[in-house]
Amino acid sequence: MAEPSQITQHIESFVDSSRSPNQQAASLEAIASLLKNNVLTIEKLVREMDLYLTTTDDVIRARGILLLGEVLTHLASKPLDDATVHSLIVFFTDRLVDWKALRGALVGCLALVRRKSSGGIVTANDAKAVARSYIQNLQVQLLAQHDRKLCFELLECLLQRYPNAVASLGEDLLYAVCEGIDGEKDPHCLMLTFHIVEVVARLFPDDLLANYAGELFEILGCYFPIHFTHPKSEDLDVKRDDLSRALMLAFSSTPLFEPSAIQLLLEKLSSSLPSAKVESLKYLSNCTLKYGVDRMAKHSEAIWSAIKDAIYTSHEPGLSFAPDSLDGLGFQESVFLSEALTLLETVLKQNDGILLSRIIDDENINLIFNTMTDYKNYKNIPLQSKLKLHAVGLILSVSAKSSTTSCNKILESFFPRLMDTLGLSVGNPSQNPLPDDKHVFADRHNHGALFLSIELLAAYRDQIAGSEEFLSESAPAHETCSLLLKNFSASLTKAFISTLATSTDDGTYDAVIYFGVKGLLVLSTFPGGFLIISKSIFENILLTFTSIITSEFNKTSLWKLALKALVHIGSFIDRCHDVEKALSYMDIVIEKIVSTASFHDFTLPLPLKLEAVSVIGASGPSYMLKTVQGLEEAICANLSEAYVHGNPKSAEVAVQLLECYSNKVLPWIDEAGGFEEVLLRFALNIWNPLENCSVFSPQVLENGLLDATMKAMKLAVGSCSVESQNIIIQRAYSVLSLRTSFPLKEPMSAIPVQLKGLKLTQERNTCYSRDVLIHSLFASVIIAVRPQVHIPNLRLVLCLFVTALLKGNVTAAQALGSIINKLGVKSTGTEIPSNCTLEEAVDIIFCTSSWSFNDTGLSRKHGGMNNESEMGFPNICRGGVVNNKLLQIHAITGLAWIGKGFLMRGHEKIKEITMIFLECLSSDEKTGSLLPEQDSSYDNPVHNVHLSVAKCAADAFQVVMGDSEDCLNRRFHATMRPLYKQRYYSMMMPILQSLIVESKSSSSRSMLHRAFAHIISDTPLIVILNDANKMIPVMLDGLSELSNDISDKESMYSLLLVLSGILTDKNGQEAVMECAHRIIDRLIGFIAYSHSTLVRETVIQCIAAMSRLPRMRSYKLRRQVLQAISKALDDPKRVVRLEAVKCWQAWGSIG
Amino acid sequence: MVSGLINANPVVYEKKERRVRSALDYVDEYAVEPIDQQEVFDILSSSLILMPFILSCIKFEVPLSPCFDPEHPYSLEELKVITEDAIEVNDECSYVRVTFTPTVEHCSMATVIGLCLRVKLMRSLPSRYKVDIRVAPGTHATEAAVNKQLNDKERVAAALENPNLVDMVDECLAPTYG
Repeated sequence: MAEPSQITQHIESFVDSSRSPNQQAASLEAIASLLKNNVLTIEKLVREMDLYLTTTDDVIRARGILLLGEVLTHLASKPLDDATVHSLIVFFTDRLVDWKALRGALVGCLALVRRKSSGGIVTANDAKAVARSYIQNLQVQLLAQHDRKLCFELLECLLQRYPNAVASLGEDLLYAVCEGIDGEKDPHCLMLTFHIVEVVARLFPDDLLANYAGELFEILGCYFPIHFTHPKSEDLDVKRDDLSRALMLAFSSTPLFEPSAIQLLLEKLSSSLPSAKVESLKYLSNCTLKYGVDRMAKHSEAIWSAIKDAIYTSHEPGLSFAPDSLDGLGFQESVFLSEALTLLETVLKQNDGILLSRIIDDENINLIFNTMTDYKNYKNIPLQSKLKLHAVGLILSVSAKSSTTSCNKILESFFPRLMDTLGLSVGNPSQNPLPDDKHVFADRHNHGALFLSIELLAAYRDQIAGSEEFLSESAPAHETCSLLLKNFSASLTKAFISTLATSTDDGTYDAVIYFGVKGLLVLSTFPGGFLIISKSIFENILLTFTSIITSEFNKTSLWKLALKALVHIGSFIDRCHDVEKALSYMDIVIEKIVSTASFHDFTLPLPLKLEAVSVIGASGPSYMLKTVQGLEEAICANLSEAYVHGNPKSAEVAVQLLECYSNKVLPWIDEAGGFEEVLLRFALNIWNPLENCSVFSPQVLENGLLDATMKAMKLAVGSCSVESQNIIIQRAYSVLSLRTSFPLKEPMSAIPVQLKGLKLTQERNTCYSRDVLIHSLFASVIIAVRPQVHIPNLRLVLCLFVTALLKGNVTAAQALGSIINKLGVKSTGTEIPSNCTLEEAVDIIFCTSSWSFNDTGLSRKHGGMNNESEMGFPNICRGGVVNNKLLQIHAITGLAWIGKGFLMRGHEKIKEITMIFLECLSSDEKTGSLLPEQDSSYDNPVHNVHLSVAKCAADAFQVVMGDSEDCLNRRFHATMRPLYKQRYYSMMMPILQSLIVESKSSSSRSMLHRAFAHIISDTPLIVILNDANKMIPVMLDGLSELSNDISDKESMYSLLLVLSGILTDKNGQEAVMECAHRIIDRLIGFIAYSHSTLVRETVIQCIAAMSRLPRMRSYKLRRQVLQAISKALDDPKRVVRLEAVKCWQAWGSIG
Repeated sequence: MVSGLINANPVVYEKKERRVRSALDYVDEYAVEPIDQQEVFDILSSSLILMPFILSCIKFEVPLSPCFDPEHPYSLEELKVITEDAIEVNDECSYVRVTFTPTVEHCSMATVIGLCLRVKLMRSLPSRYKVDIRVAPGTHATEAAVNKQLNDKERVAAALENPNLVDMVDECLAPTYG
């Protein structure tokens, strides 16, 4: 047992109103945990509290009872015996009388009533007693907001958990509910009251409720429509929509509300408030469902006219004829309109008889049909009539969709009239005396009638697509409709086709084209095979669209719509698994499109061809297989044409084909999944033209062909599984060993890296050869493979890439980085598949001491003979081996990629590599000391060479830190250690900072700043924020350094972005405040930076962000800033001026 | 403060399309984009919002109705108080003239609106500019007097020394960043 004095202490601290809320809460917690751990029993606590519960001092008694109540809330899940629960509930029920200490009693009642059945609950009799006491003692509306909320919660809980016990109180309870909720205004309480009404209406029998229904609704009705007059910041947890939904449920809780509710809603529908109208429609739909057919029948006329008004008056901008609208109604639907349509649908579904006859006999609708001749040409219809026409279209379409019978009736009564207007007759036009001439048709076109018939057909289609019975072909209900359609389908198709033929295209989306395409689309997407629309008609439609695609490409909008329609048809067929239609589609559309894609005919421009191929292919997997095959054949044909004959035209075509493949087809395949063999085949086939050609014209590679091929290869390989990748890499290796001059067959012991005759000159660098092509492609495969894939003869491959890298092949460097990154990563259950460990690979790359150099370049020396380590790769970077700076630059770039590979897997070697970069960066320092008087002279060739090497070394940090699209990312299965960027950042910052401080020559300092900028702009902001106070000064110095050189404007911009990140973040504020003056001084200097608009814009944004500093700091800077900004108001660029205006505003308002 | 509604039911017009900033097309870094009509119009229309007390002059359909949201009052553009055509700019001569149209002839707030326009332009255009603010001919009862008042720099300077007026102008010019 706990010490009584201790308990008393806790009680005392809770009851004492002079203690802080935290102390009170702590003592409450303490008591509750004592009870939970059985150190204290409830009886003991109550006995201990005796005086606090019964004293005549109101404040202390209130606190005492509240303590008991709160403790019980904490013990919700602790089992209590029935006697305890009983005596407690009796106590609290009793205390409801005591209005001065009410809060505690309410909390206690609520806690007890809410108890789960597992550990002692309140009995029904006790619950009834609580309810009775509630009715007798509580004047809810006289209480404060929180107490009211508790009252409502208690009532709600009683109603939900003890419905029978509470309901037996009858009218008394109903009266109390009415009285309690009348005039409530708080949103939280309202949520509860609405729910209470809903539960009450469900609980009480109708005869009892009937007496109170009027009164209840009178109270509820005041809240409709819900609107908040308070600012948004309060009541964040209760949204207007929540309240509105709760009220709606209360409205529709009992049919007894019907007389007053419907009247109120119809009244509010004519209000001028848009929100009230939308709400009314929503409520009407809901109430219609709940109140039932009989009660709603008498309102049907009023509702119909309300719906009509709503649809006619919702101002719509008119049809849009863009391709996107083919699937929808072509409207930008407003909320109001869509609610009206939902209501119409609900009413129709519930009771189609009365409303349907009203629609059919409606004079407005009939007026439109009778004056259809006015709607001959869509362009000439006045706006008002257009709106009417659309409204009728909507009404008919929604009513036809609502049920089978209504669909039949609507079609029966309106469709023949439309056909009459269009001058179409029953049956097949070929058997008909109607002259089969386009001009005659053209005269007959009536756009209004076309529009309405499309709407009707689409509605009919959607209706039968949704109904099961139609598909089982045994529905007599549909007979009239399908008969009608069968009779007219042929002539309708003809009408639509001739509409398309008459269209003139001026680049805008025209109504005529839209009607033609949409009509054909609707006809061709009827479900149920060829039951309604015959095969010949369907194929005719497909032929029409296909011929538009292949020949009418100069009518842009027609072409786009037709393409979209074909895609719709394709995906429709795919969705319905309609075998017959799929066959026709494959024969007519896919075959034709793919055959144009074989690209021997040049009538259709290539970009359009590719768009058609990729978009139509994407409509279904089987079509995609076919189109991909066509595309692949075309790619291979063009590639071999380009390689062998050097045909620049084929090269150009191949580039576009490859881009289409990697940008459109591959993403689709990735998403659809299960197309691995396609990818595998593609990756294998690309090698064919290379393997087969014996002659090669390297100049074709110049216009991006190499890059496009590599990209497609990488993406395709990256999406394959390990097995497929193994196959691909074997294939690649075999081509590599067959077609390159590299001595892959030689045994390992005698591999010297053959670099003889390699002239490292500038021209040589840009020149392509077949070796470069094959090496790059092989490297792309390596970049994209998974870590588990076995790379054949890895040692040789490494040597090959090192050689290629030194020749300036960046892809080879990326491949080396990828190998290093993935090598030896064990996946569960498989052993390391490569025949070479990471350490060996590192040795091969870094310590290949088998190279020696002479004046003409590199020449061979036998491995093992010479152990001088300075002959290795890192030494080339340092420039210590040979005085060839181009070689040095290539080596540094390559090393950067290798370093990236190390860094991402978290390997220690990155340190060593970084040191090499840093040496290169400050190598200027050494020469600077050697040639002191020439330091500043930029004409000095030695200096220039050093500068370019140092620049390259600085940029290496960008490679190491930055995210690359080309390699070492998730797509290409890189190994990524978590937080590797953070690690590198925290490793590098101290070193760089001290180097910057120590550096003597200006050029090496600027290079160090460059490296610093690269690292910091790729580090996550949150890390930099942690030591913002140290970073900001360095960043400012860096900005000044970088602003001296135009070529650094990109780095400057990224550094500024980091700075603006710090300035706008809350955690950076403190650091910013410390050196606000310095920041402003520097930033103001960059306002006039003339080389980049982006830099100026960001600088001004940064300055504007600083206006949010505490007034004490910012006020001193105000004059200086405003002076500087007023110059920016006259900036040559508009965006900068606009930012300056905002900045002026921000700083100007400080004063 | 005016209590009655001078124009109880103004016509509200749609806003014009804005110039869209295209990120992709690369523009010459050193080319000069002169200040033009649209830019001045953007400056004025984006930040000049009618605060509730000016609304007593140009008033809403339903006073303090539930759809009244003080955070989204109509801007001068939506009420066609200023239009793009009513702005004349000559960047070479550093001259701008704005002609505004009060919604009703006897609008007593015309001078306040004019003052707001002038202050906004003074703060947003380079100092080389000369600003001229006018009431559109035939749209205001005391047109000549208003024009004279708005373009008399002594009187403008005096007005801006009146703290109450400056507060009001600042409130009108509160940024919307819309």
